[in-house]
Amino acid sequence: MTETRTLKLKNKLGMHARSAAAFVKVALQFKAKIYIERNGQTVNGDSILDILTLGCPYGGLLTIKAEGVDASMAIKELEKLIENKFGED
Amino acid sequence: MRADQTDKTFVLKGIGVSPGVAIGRVYRFDPLDSKIAFYKLKDDSLIPKEVLRFKKALTESEQQLLEIQKNLKKAKVTEPLYVIDVHILILKDKIFTNRTIKYIRRLGINAEWALRMTLDHYKQIFEGVEDAYISSRVSDVQYVVQRVLRNLSGEKQENVWETGQDGVIIVSHDLSPADTAQMKLDKILGFATDSGGRTSHTAIVARSMELPAVVGLDNITRSVRTGDEIIVDGTSGLVVINPYPDMLKRYEEKKRHYDAARDEYLKYAKLPAMTLDNYHVQIGCNIEFIEEIPSAIVHGAENIGLYRTEFLYIYRDELPTEEDHFNNYRQVVTEKNLSWSTIRTFDLGGDKFPNYQKQSKELNPQMGLRAIRFCLKEVEIFKTQLRAIWRASAFGKTKILFPMISSVDEIREAKKLLEETRQELLSRGVKIASEMEIGAMIEVPAAVIIADKLAQEVDFFSIGTNDLIQYSLAIDRANERLTYLYEPLHPAVLRLIKRVVDMAHEAKIRTAMCGEMAGDPLCALILLGMELDELSMNHLAIPRIKKIIRESTIKESKILLEKALSFNTASEVRAYVVDYMMGRFPDEFQNEED
Repeated sequence: MTETRTLKLKNKLGMHARSAAAFVKVALQFKAKIYIERNGQTVNGDSILDILTLGCPYGGLLTIKAEGVDASMAIKELEKLIENKFGED
Repeated sequence: MRADQTDKTFVLKGIGVSPGVAIGRVYRFDPLDSKIAFYKLKDDSLIPKEVLRFKKALTESEQQLLEIQKNLKKAKVTEPLYVIDVHILILKDKIFTNRTIKYIRRLGINAEWALRMTLDHYKQIFEGVEDAYISSRVSDVQYVVQRVLRNLSGEKQENVWETGQDGVIIVSHDLSPADTAQMKLDKILGFATDSGGRTSHTAIVARSMELPAVVGLDNITRSVRTGDEIIVDGTSGLVVINPYPDMLKRYEEKKRHYDAARDEYLKYAKLPAMTLDNYHVQIGCNIEFIEEIPSAIVHGAENIGLYRTEFLYIYRDELPTEEDHFNNYRQVVTEKNLSWSTIRTFDLGGDKFPNYQKQSKELNPQMGLRAIRFCLKEVEIFKTQLRAIWRASAFGKTKILFPMISSVDEIREAKKLLEETRQELLSRGVKIASEMEIGAMIEVPAAVIIADKLAQEVDFFSIGTNDLIQYSLAIDRANERLTYLYEPLHPAVLRLIKRVVDMAHEAKIRTAMCGEMAGDPLCALILLGMELDELSMNHLAIPRIKKIIRESTIKESKILLEKALSFNTASEVRAYVVDYMMGRFPDEFQNEED
């Protein structure tokens, strides 16, 4: 099962250390493989270093892809995290 | 090459960030690079074992970090704990670990070498990231790699503290909270580091432990080895390695003097600053970190006269949340031994904020968009802090102080926002104090001139002499060629201060002073003569100021002030005041030339 979702980063600081850590922590909870795509570049959603070096600023668009049995759950949780601005601001 | 240097005395100059003299043996913390061995594995059959060795070091590293995190949480340390989360997630990053394993397998090299190659790879990638904050995160990768390397070497840093090595002086490139968390601080006499400044973690820890420290020594780590004899003079910012006997003797003497003087003054710490004719001055302490509160109290602070909040913003890549603010403020205001805490809202310009749209660089940031001006433009950032201050007010007596006020409009606007946050919290049912005193920093000459008007708007003034002197005498404090003009005893400065106090008292409000001048023993009687209600200073200055105040009278202070105000030039004022103070307190002002 594959699910994708394109989202806008709403937390002021974009994908910084704290938010990237929060993202990875959630991604690691699922069996599904998580990918993040931005500007044609795709990285692993469970790699904090990959996510950091992707460089997603405030207002940037991200496409999240999940592949696996719990893909839709994973996407839902990650979407919630981003929508809630990673609990920041 | 090193061997010839062994006994040679040499001196390094850095920044003294915590005063006092420490004499002891060097302990090189994290002597990593010099010790790593890089080698090719003898044959491919050793590869699986090497991979296993790497994986074991990863697990050990993770466990240590979890342990550190647990201890930090227990100690309620306010340093952002997520940093350790980030480090753990790097250890668990498959791309990071697989790359290293791939190097071991393909190239038949040891884990140390492979890890080094992985680090170099990430250095390159991070360098390519445009966002400066993200590209600086390579330091996290570096940190993790160092920890894994340490575990690969089988070296247990912790053990050093168990081997009976008493009285060491830590020499390190820099120290992070995770480093100091695992040190046995009672075995440490002082610190000397390559990098850092007054607000670096090393400096904060040293000051809170009252251990001498010198930072910013550039490359002391390359110049010393564990076991070398070393002197750290945190007062002058000097570090001496392998001192020759006479020099060692001189420093031992200096250390004795310093310790004796401290003990002598500490006798005055707990006594009130009351003159012989019963005039009482409230003595506060200026702090920047919660860790400084215990030493403030030991040195005799009766309140926190200035809690600077800038560090909450500077030490991180992300804006502090309301909780971050609140956790800090609550710890300050709940301290039982303090009558109150004055929290100053942040005094920063946009350049200190991550992701703040970079405006064209300000030519003159001191007079730029900063402090209250910035706050009134970035209302949301400001309100986050205001809400946290209100919430803290429920836990202990809190006063709020607005910096860099130059007009009545600004103070009204700030008060309006403060009231808005109050209503907001009340409507949410959050507990806050029923009232909070509001103060204005008087540091812009315009504020002095309209002090009578400002006094109608606030509950107290706090004079920031550092900026007030700089603005009124038009001298850039950072310009070394102008230092000779920076003079607290300039007739203009004295008149400005006097005007502020007089206007405040006419309006029946209190005036504090929180600039460096407040802790300058030479100025103590002049300020007493002005009838300042509160002096707030660096904790180390408190006992001496109390001693001087207790041995003088308000009557003589007023006469001295009157005389001082009668002179035409700053040099005449200074000469007169120095002469008077030396004659009056011969013991206090003899040591000055030391």
